[in-house]
Amino acid sequence: MKKFKGRVIFSEDYQGEAVVSKQGFNTLASCQKSALIKTSKKIIVSDQNNSDLYKKNITGKILCLPETIGSTTGGMIIQTVAERNLAPKAFLFSKHIDPLAASGIILANVWNKVPIIAIDELGEEFLKEVKTGDTVKITSDGEVIIQ
Amino acid sequence: MYQPKMELTDYQRGLLEGKEGEVVSKMMEVIVRYGDAFSAKRLAKITHGKGHFVTSFGINLITPLYPMMKEIIDDGLYIKDGFTLDPRPMDYKNVKASLLEQLVSKYFIYGKQKEYEELLSKIGLSDEDKENFSCTCYLKQVGNIPKEGDILSWAESSAVVYANSVLGARCNRNSGIIEMFQSILGFVPQFGFLTDEGRKATWKVVLKTSSLPPAQILGSAIGMKVLSDVPYVVGLDKYLPLLPDEETIAYLKDFGAASASNGSVGLYHIEGITPEARREKENLLVPDYKEYVIDDEEINRVRDSYPVIWKKRDAKPKKAFIGCPHLTYNQLKKYVVWILDELEKTKRKKVCIDTVLLASPGVIKEFSTKERDLYERAVSSSVCISYICPLMFVDNPLSGRKPMITNSNKLRTYSACRYYDDSQLIDIIVGKERCR
Repeated sequence: MKKFKGRVIFSEDYQGEAVVSKQGFNTLASCQKSALIKTSKKIIVSDQNNSDLYKKNITGKILCLPETIGSTTGGMIIQTVAERNLAPKAFLFSKHIDPLAASGIILANVWNKVPIIAIDELGEEFLKEVKTGDTVKITSDGEVIIQ
Repeated sequence: MYQPKMELTDYQRGLLEGKEGEVVSKMMEVIVRYGDAFSAKRLAKITHGKGHFVTSFGINLITPLYPMMKEIIDDGLYIKDGFTLDPRPMDYKNVKASLLEQLVSKYFIYGKQKEYEELLSKIGLSDEDKENFSCTCYLKQVGNIPKEGDILSWAESSAVVYANSVLGARCNRNSGIIEMFQSILGFVPQFGFLTDEGRKATWKVVLKTSSLPPAQILGSAIGMKVLSDVPYVVGLDKYLPLLPDEETIAYLKDFGAASASNGSVGLYHIEGITPEARREKENLLVPDYKEYVIDDEEINRVRDSYPVIWKKRDAKPKKAFIGCPHLTYNQLKKYVVWILDELEKTKRKKVCIDTVLLASPGVIKEFSTKERDLYERAVSSSVCISYICPLMFVDNPLSGRKPMITNSNKLRTYSACRYYDDSQLIDIIVGKERCR
């Protein structure tokens, strides 16, 4: 069991399954295929450049990543998939949150009242330790425990 | 009510507390929380009021957008200085597609295009700007050109990185919707690229190639390496004429777009070329900067690393896209002349693959007027010249499934299109080479 402490942007007590991207998570490239299908029940990552997550389901999971990258539609995509109940439940950033992810997560929480957890500055060590499939526990004060 | 961490003026606090109504209060909460996430000290006044939106498409499934815009419009809010916005998704008059593809796009994917454009007009899009949708809003044919030091609220990653780096304006990598809120309110949180320290370079990129590398590969290499950090590039100035040379503008446009989409670069400095680098030189580097050396081998490594996700690697492409971001006037002319010359050499009358050259409506109008003969010869050679966003074209699952090729690293990143350097791409288009 390993504990990490980050900075809370939005948090609550939660436990779930980790999906890990060691590289920048390209929101548009990852979500666009699933988000364009009306009947999608989950986001299957479609970013061909992301070997960690390509073809993996991230809906309802705890997405562990350094930061998001890519198009400035990124925030709007996060807000949209959140509103359609397709988003990851939590974003755990090893680095400082980036503007696009911050925008989408804030819009989802404030405008659409969809609670998405966001904790940043968890450090490089966190991203080295956490593996896809791990059970991760999050507390409302920004503690992250890999179980 | 949300308790802001940043300093707000009495007027701004009043907006947050609801003195101008609930909608303004919610927009303020989003912007203030956004700034607080980056420890912004205050909200700065926007000095170049004309915005640029990334969201130019009425996709049915971007479900939160339409009720949000209606709520804002119903409250009487709009952008006083107007805005430009990214290219439209469809142009079936010029770009070939099957009837089924057209129907899927028009009714299922972009079914809200007309409704969305009506909302855009109500929120401040002028009739003039409605005729000139383009990602290259900063080119003279579109005319949304900030001055050095101006504070902006733009989205579209390639436009933001150009404005920051080449024009010396100050703009964060805003997301769609945030850029609209900020433009309506007239404020942006002061952090990141709006501050002097946020514009310092944390990477020194040393170029040691034997010739000018393709802008799309150099940008991609740097984007993938530095992600959102600021690179200071040394060694490129020996290959590029000084700004405002059009060749340099085009190179930096494509370089920046690749760095912003393959990573998330929002600002770069090119020694001897971009305004802050010319003035401050290596003083722009932080003391403990990291270094990345790029030589011919590294350029080749990056190019070879792009995955091919076609079912058959040697399939014949159905389309070729040139111009993501949209081409400058000179680029459009260059590619038309290049393709026509190669067709003449190969004694062909038409290109072997549907080829789409993309530019702003303003550039296309100027080109088709000044170079009428070239324009007509291009069209009769089955080269179509259009104003669409190719990414939105291939977002149609019927179109996106087909093998397509491009010289754009941005388009490659967001689609199944395969990347080729210019000369190889043209050779495939005119039938001198095949995909392998």
